[in-house]
Amino acid sequence: MEHIVIIGNGISGVTTARHIRKLSDKKITIVSAEADYFFSRTALMYIYMGHMKFEHTQPYENWFWKKNRINLKKGYVKTVETKSKTLHFANGDSLQYDKLVIATGSKPNKFGWPGQDLDGVMGMYHKQDLDNLEKYAPNNKVCKRAVIVGGGLIGIELAEMLHSRHIPVTFLVRESSFWNGVLPEGESAMINREILENGIDLRLGVNLKEIKADENGKVKSVVIPETGEEIACDVVGLTAGVSPNIDFIKESDIETGRGVKVNRFLETNIPDIYAIGDCAEQHEGIDQRRPIEAVWYTGRMMGETVAQTICDNRIEYKPGHWFNSAKFIDIEYQTYGWVWAQPKDNEARFYWEHQDGKKCIHLNYNKNTNEFIGINTFGIRMRHEFFDKILTEKQSVDYVLEHLADANFDPEFYKLHEKEIVSKFNKENNTNIQLKKKSWKRIFA
Amino acid sequence: MKILKQLGLVLFLIGLGIFTGTLFTGSFSLTESELNEFIASKAYKSEIIKDELKKATVTNESLNIFQFSSRVRTAYETSNNHYDALIAKYDAEKNWNKKGEQYQYRISGKLHTISYEIAKKAGSGFVKENAGLLWWLTFGLAIIGALLFILPNFILLGNKGIKNNGIYLEASTNRGWIAWLVLVYLVSFYLLLYFMADYVVNWTYILDPVSEFLNGGPASQWFVYGFLYCVIMLVMATRMYIKYRHNKYQIIRTTSVLFFQIVFAFLIPEIMTSLNMPGYDFKNAFPLDYDFFFDWNLDSLKNSGAIGLFILVWGIVLTLVIVPVMVYFFGKRWYCSWVCGCGGLAETLGDPYRQHSDKSLNAWKLERWLVHSVLVFSLVMTLVTLYCYFSGAETFLGIKSYWIKDTYSLLIGSWFAGVIGTGFYPIFGNRVWCRFGCPLAAYLGLVQRFKSRFRITTNGGQCISCGNCSTYCEQGIDVRAYAQKGENIVRASCVGCGICSAVCPRGVLKLENGPEKGRINPTDVLLGNDVNLMDLVNQK
Repeated sequence: MEHIVIIGNGISGVTTARHIRKLSDKKITIVSAEADYFFSRTALMYIYMGHMKFEHTQPYENWFWKKNRINLKKGYVKTVETKSKTLHFANGDSLQYDKLVIATGSKPNKFGWPGQDLDGVMGMYHKQDLDNLEKYAPNNKVCKRAVIVGGGLIGIELAEMLHSRHIPVTFLVRESSFWNGVLPEGESAMINREILENGIDLRLGVNLKEIKADENGKVKSVVIPETGEEIACDVVGLTAGVSPNIDFIKESDIETGRGVKVNRFLETNIPDIYAIGDCAEQHEGIDQRRPIEAVWYTGRMMGETVAQTICDNRIEYKPGHWFNSAKFIDIEYQTYGWVWAQPKDNEARFYWEHQDGKKCIHLNYNKNTNEFIGINTFGIRMRHEFFDKILTEKQSVDYVLEHLADANFDPEFYKLHEKEIVSKFNKENNTNIQLKKKSWKRIFA
Repeated sequence: MKILKQLGLVLFLIGLGIFTGTLFTGSFSLTESELNEFIASKAYKSEIIKDELKKATVTNESLNIFQFSSRVRTAYETSNNHYDALIAKYDAEKNWNKKGEQYQYRISGKLHTISYEIAKKAGSGFVKENAGLLWWLTFGLAIIGALLFILPNFILLGNKGIKNNGIYLEASTNRGWIAWLVLVYLVSFYLLLYFMADYVVNWTYILDPVSEFLNGGPASQWFVYGFLYCVIMLVMATRMYIKYRHNKYQIIRTTSVLFFQIVFAFLIPEIMTSLNMPGYDFKNAFPLDYDFFFDWNLDSLKNSGAIGLFILVWGIVLTLVIVPVMVYFFGKRWYCSWVCGCGGLAETLGDPYRQHSDKSLNAWKLERWLVHSVLVFSLVMTLVTLYCYFSGAETFLGIKSYWIKDTYSLLIGSWFAGVIGTGFYPIFGNRVWCRFGCPLAAYLGLVQRFKSRFRITTNGGQCISCGNCSTYCEQGIDVRAYAQKGENIVRASCVGCGICSAVCPRGVLKLENGPEKGRINPTDVLLGNDVNLMDLVNQK
């Protein structure tokens, strides 16, 4: 029986295993050094915040793996020997495979800052980071201030986490506005306000010079180069992005760039070895995507896809329309299609913001053809299926606005803003778009 | 703000302490004429009960309720034992006539219930004489304290939004010692209420004036329960209003359960009683209202003229037509989390404990066996009762009518719905009864599962498997198991509280009513991936 070994028990690896099991009787082993069972990495923050316990972040009960004949092996893979198809573990064990799937995800970036390995300095990615945080920042008596370095999704999550335990937070963001490499100005400004409103000391346009230690080798303060200011703190969170977690194959003959290089079939340069999820790097970005997509959803899609290939239905990784979501403290964010931080030449934009400053939508469309390109929506939930269909059908922005009521996914009785949105668009563009009533027929068509 | 909260907690505990303490106060005795009046009203045939009761209750000693109750129960036991001895004697002598005669002298009924009746008349003391003051010292202090504890959350919780911070870090909400204490208190409360009502007779004195005002008579233990129920729901609803103030569905739903509890379950029956009508809760549908077809209820309705007939017809139409039709259009939520009293308490008092429901597959299996068994039990009981009622027989299918009614009332009505259902909130979550025991929920669930427009829609491929939805599902549904597959949630047990949708950080879940077609949509590959792959995998 063919033995499929998957390194990494995150969403990519586990999705692969589940789908291989659905399609075949192959022997499956998932290897992980991080945790005994699959858990949702995106939910780690809720454990620290007290919303959940670790067991709640595990999507499958513990009997699931045995029942589905998926072997779980805990261990740290040190090297991959491709010629003999053998994995060597840090503890001396080894494991033979017939096909290997590398799904080892990411690790937090460290840019060689002085003091980046001190006690009390941590990323927020692995389960172990959470244990670390619990140790160094259990409450605001032990941790009188935390400094977060790097303004992305993990940075703001870490800020929210610490804030939930009333620990004062200073948030150092290199950009001039939060996440403005991805978010357009309006949305980015909204999140700046949200951060400040929660009493988080947001510092925009600043870097980290060094992290200073006390006499015990524990973090004592950070220094900001721009102002020379030294901020006393007990914890430093390094959240300046992530990069593929592939150090263990650097010595092998598997081709790597920043990540494990794969073709459109998620195959590496070595036969029978595949790479998926955060650690995989396409030779060229697909469509307008980046070569490395460190997103939950894309990891899952690659898992769904590579399982087919492994089970003798070789197919390309061909993701559909881009979508993503996040939550910035209390503001939910969803995006469908593309809304770049800066409009491209052929693009026109429409931005509406609610007067309370906590909701907005941003439409991107082709200024010549009016074809809808994408939407950012903050504080208003929208239907994925609606926009997926619109994008496939290449509908116009007018069509989207007409059918905004169909797109809304907020809970029942929520106040709707569609009229206001459409009338603002009409006013700005001298159009006469009429909002249509919500139609179950269209929604479920 | 925090000081205000702590002050509130202290006031609440003082109020609760006094409330509990009143049970040990007062002295209980009857005058001879009071006793005679009571015995006359009962038309006891026993020749010795009068003397026994006189010894027990007509006294100058200052008896507290526990001593008094014990004496009264002993009096009845002595009387019954006396005749039991005679029965045994004549039985031995094979004197069947004499033996048969003795049965009429035995006094049936639950001793604590009889004792309650006497105690209600026999009590005197500070609590009874200062009901108004005591109301303020118990209900008043506890309400003010609780509100002082709750209202600062408006500021302390921070901006609007989901704030479940610390739920698994606190002893009260993470099955710590506080939770166990609350469990012990609640369980004791229900045990007293259901099985030893005479012990809580002091509580009824506190509410006598309120009861007199509403229905013209003194308060019973059930009036105390009803009043307390409304007060607790009102106070805990303010907590819901603050916690979910960003979520209009929760606000409206909370208002709805409050309204139905206070107006339909409490005020209307009280007012009906004061007008000499049978007090009826118009929203309480059979088989949750399990004694609707009991002979005493049918007799009472028959003897109440037009209103009785109306109630009879309404009760039947409610269960057979209104309930299923509404479930078809809106799901069972219209009842379970918008109207029902049990649901109302669960959604207010029980909300801090919603995360404790068991999500395992085994719990789901147990749920299906148990809840449907109770449904069958209630139907068999009703069938037997009705057959016996109309035929005059005492048994049907070999089942004694009074036995099955008593068994159901005790096991399901008292133990399951009350002692376990509510008493175990802090450890097993707030919907134990609704999930595992309620026969109406089982019935609504069958309709919801097989013939309804209601579903929780999963928003394409947006789920990140975080588990908030499953954790906070009070019905123990593993919501995530569906959401992470891109599949809608269609489950018999879902009461549509809407919290899964509220706590979802990515806007994945929406409760909605729509066409039946496509409601159940199993998927393997989620939206957002290659369309050809989706077709290949999902449509085979």
